[in-house]
This record gives sequence, C-alpha cells and structure tokens, in this order.
Amino acid sequence: MAKVLMKGNEAIAEAAIQAGCKYFFGYPITPQNEIPAYMAKKLPQIGGTFLQAESEVAAINMVYGAAGTGARVMTSSSGPGISLKQEGISYIAGADLPCVIVNIVRSGPGLGGIQPAQSDYFQTVKGGGHGDYYMVVYAPATIQEAVDVTMEAFDVADQYRTPVTILGDGMLGQMMEPVEFKQPKKRTLEEKSWATTGYIGDRPRNIINSLYIVPSMLEDTIRKRFERYEVIKKEETKVEVYNCEDAQIIIAAYGTTSRICRSVIEAAEEIGIKVGLIRPITVWPFPDQAFEEYANKDAVKAFLAVEMSMGQMVEDVRLAVNGRKPVHFTGRTGGMVPTPKEILDKIKIILEEVN
Amino acid sequence: MAVVFDKTKGLTDKAFHYCPGCTHGIAHRLVAEAMEELGVLEKAIGVAPVGCAVFAYEYFNCDMQEASHGRAPAVATGIKRVLPDNIVFTYQGDGDLASIGTAEIIHAAARGENITVIFINNTTYGMTGGQMAPTTLVGQVTTTSPNGRDPMLAGYPIKMSEMLATIEGAAYIERVSLHDIKHIKHAKKSIKKAFENQINKKGFSLIEVLSTCPTNWGVSPKDAMLWLEKNMIPNFPLGVKKEVE
Repeated sequence: MAKVLMKGNEAIAEAAIQAGCKYFFGYPITPQNEIPAYMAKKLPQIGGTFLQAESEVAAINMVYGAAGTGARVMTSSSGPGISLKQEGISYIAGADLPCVIVNIVRSGPGLGGIQPAQSDYFQTVKGGGHGDYYMVVYAPATIQEAVDVTMEAFDVADQYRTPVTILGDGMLGQMMEPVEFKQPKKRTLEEKSWATTGYIGDRPRNIINSLYIVPSMLEDTIRKRFERYEVIKKEETKVEVYNCEDAQIIIAAYGTTSRICRSVIEAAEEIGIKVGLIRPITVWPFPDQAFEEYANKDAVKAFLAVEMSMGQMVEDVRLAVNGRKPVHFTGRTGGMVPTPKEILDKIKIILEEVN
Repeated sequence: MAVVFDKTKGLTDKAFHYCPGCTHGIAHRLVAEAMEELGVLEKAIGVAPVGCAVFAYEYFNCDMQEASHGRAPAVATGIKRVLPDNIVFTYQGDGDLASIGTAEIIHAAARGENITVIFINNTTYGMTGGQMAPTTLVGQVTTTSPNGRDPMLAGYPIKMSEMLATIEGAAYIERVSLHDIKHIKHAKKSIKKAFENQINKKGFSLIEVLSTCPTNWGVSPKDAMLWLEKNMIPNFPLGVKKEVE
C-alpha cells in the first residue's frame, strides 16, 4: 500500500480500524479530538459503533462492557480525561479485559495546558488506578511508529488479556507525516472463550469480574496475572539503541523528545563528543537490559534522561543502571519543548564533571 | 410425585447472601422468572452493581459482568452496542443508580439505550452498613444521619423515576413495590414488560422496585413491609411514570 500523508491522531484512528477495532467510546478533550472525529465518520461505514459518552468515566466503562463481549474496542483521551478513566482501567486490568487506550498527553497537573508533555509517565507506567497491575505501554516517536504499535497493540491486548496504552503527546497527535499501513506479524490468538456473549449451555457461564472476596483467591489471580507480565517482559519489550557503540554519554528519551535528541547527537559529533541514544518504544515493560548492557561499558561515562516533564522516566533509567554510572536529567515541562542547545549544554556540563 | 413448584431456571443454585427478610431475594426471582418465561436466558447478559447485589453475578443463571460503582448503565451500553440482539439488563441499588451513577443512568435513558434496568430502592446503603442514601426519607435515621435526615444539611430524597420520565429517550418507567403479594404480582408483570420492550426494541425501560432493608432499618421483616407501605409509598408514589406505545 502506498504511503499517505496523515495527521498523527487520524493515523492512529485508521490503524485501529485496520487492526479490526469496530467500537470506540470517547469524550472530547484537546489535543486528541481528531481521533473520535475520525472514528465517528468511519466506524458506521464498516458496521461498527462510535459513541460519544457523557464523560470519560462512562466511556471507559463502555469499553469494559464491549471488551467483555470479546470485541476489539478503543478509547482515547488526554491527561485530565485519562485521570477520570483510571478507575475503569483498574477494573479492566482486574477483569483481564483486552482493550486499547490512547493518551495524547498534554501538560498537567490539573487543567495544566494543551501543549505537548510527557508528564503522564508515572500515571501510565506505574499503575494510575488502584491495585497491583501493569499494562503494556507503547511510546511511539513517529507517526509511522504510532501506526505500527497501534496495530500491534490490539494483538498484544488479546494475546495477554490486558489493556494496552499508546502514550503519545500533543506534538505526535497534531503533526503530519507520511505513513503506510502494514499488518503486524501474524500471532496465534486464542478464541475468546471467556467472553459474555450469551450462555447457550455449551460452555460454563461466563462472568467478567474483578471481585474476589476470598483473599487467597485474589492473591492467586494476581500472581497468575504477574506470571503473564513476566512473559510480556520477555516477549514484548521494544527498544531502539542508536549510536551507542563507543558513546561517552547515552541519552535516554522516548517519543517526541527522542527526535530532538537525535539532532543533539549530530551536533555533538561535530564537536567531537560521542553521544548515543537508548529509546524505549515500550515504556512498560521498560527495556532494562539495554541500559544494563551499556552501564557496564567503560566508554560510557554517564546517562542523561531527557523528558518533557520534571523527570519521571529517569527513575526507571536509574533502576536499570542501578548505580553503575551516574544518571542525569534535563527537561522542560508545562508544554515547553527542550531545545537541542539546552540538551547539548547539559551534556557538556556532565562531561566536564566526569573528566 | 407431582411437582407443584419448581425454582426458576433463571437462578443458579448458589444460596443468597442476603439478610433474612430482605426483598432482594424476591426481586431476583421476579427478574429471573421474567427472563425464563420470555425464553431469553440464553441470550441475556446481566450487569451487577456495587452494593448489596454485588454478587448478583453468582445468582442470575446467565452471562454476567460486574461493573464498578454506578457504571452499570455504561457497561450495559458497551455490551448492547456490540450485541444488539442479546438481552442486556442492569440490576442496581439506590446508592449505585441514584447517587454515584446518576450521570450514567440519565444518559443511558437519554440515548434510549435498548436495555432493561432494575432499580432497587430501599432508602439505604445496605452493604456498607446503613448509611444515608440519595433516597433516604426526610427524618429517617441512618448511620450518617444519626438524628434523622435533615434537609437543611443533607437535602431531599431524589425521585429517580419521575426525573427519568421527563427524558425523551426513555420508553417505559414504572415504580412498583414488594411489600405484599398483590404488589409483588404486579411488579412481576412490570419487570416482564420491561424485558418485552427490549425484545421489541422499544428502548430504555426502568423499573424502580421499592424494597426493604430490615437489618439496617432495625425492624423485623414484617414491620419492614409495613414501614415501606406507610412511609415510602407516600414519598415515592407507585405507578407508570412514562410509557411510549
């Protein structure tokens, strides 16, 4: 299929449709409004349903209901709306329901602003809702990658019976790039024998539920889910390692910020500083191994996490590096975007310190 | 030996956890019998609430989903939009439907979702130990209105059926009661009609069922029935609030 020029939000919506998503429940919030608008136009044409819910709370619970029937279903929102969805996301994780959630991150806290940010990392990656759970979180850096991971997200959600989040930001949602829609590698997916579709006596009665009043049963259920998380860590972790051979400084950055960091690498090269980039594509599971590998190399003097936040992913970088090398942070927040110069200046300071 | 009475196939054999004298048991049976008589058990998908009926998914003999507090109408919407030919119902209490879930029930009605809602009103939060509910009567003593509900402090009880009847998308709204045999028989007919409406794709149907909570009201099951009749019915008048032909 030929490449087409598309806006990030619309490309994510089209990718979902091409992945077989026929149901979308959402609520307006900037900067993700093109996703529901695209779905409202397209889904009825393919026999699906778009529904604008009365709130984000209702939207995520509609997703719960639809996912419980075994349908491929998606919702999208941004920071404040994702906060409202957290209750539902916790129930979805607790009931082992597959679905895809898109967060086109804006700045916070509170109403914050509508410019791009990465300050929802903690909320998305560290649980957000109540209870012991994780979900797979993709952090695409280009619109093509957003398309690819959105299509894969539906398979991953079904395979592991888990919610999956696409963690974008206002920049990725609003800009245009050429994209191509390619089906991901074929996975063997089990039939959804657990779905509530009407009980005609040929299988046990199905119940979608997260309540286990007997503590030992709840613990067993959670432990089984965490065994699945271990498989996800092994099979689904995605990372790009760029220019890291002989690098003195390794930048850790995801999404939009990683693109800025690439130009920093070029600028550093020109003045004789060797900088590499470890770019998590999944931020949960976090690509610990890539960091461990380079933390053990003598050439590497320090790591530098760059984010559009006050420093959230940097905590995962520190956990992965585990004291073997210094881990620094630089970033902008509130909708401000770090410039290549700011990042390069920080690299120079770090190098002066280590030398 | 001749069988003179058989339990409805709409209920599982699981023993109810409800307190002695609580009318949830009657309401469950009426809903289950209605579904069995209409032959829809095999395509029914129920949504259980948070509250005393939280374990309803263990009792209704059909596929079930357990919703978070107040969100059953949204969950039911998600199910019904994927499976429009299945029979989807919610079973919710007054705290669930008339307090935390007001937005969800109003908008499900406004959209005319073709679902059946069974709304149990016993003027109290039973599961959590008898707190004031949105439907608690003025002057009624609960653990969180120890001197009786004071409207100056805690406002007035909400009449959900009357409110929902003003919504254009609602097809059928009726308030019934379980305080005596005559009213129980009528409640059964109304509940059955609420399911028939869904089969006939008439749209949103809600039956408000006045119920008792002897445990938290602190009265015997028999006195609870009398209390309902004497105190609740004057505040929550019975009858059809809206019916679209």
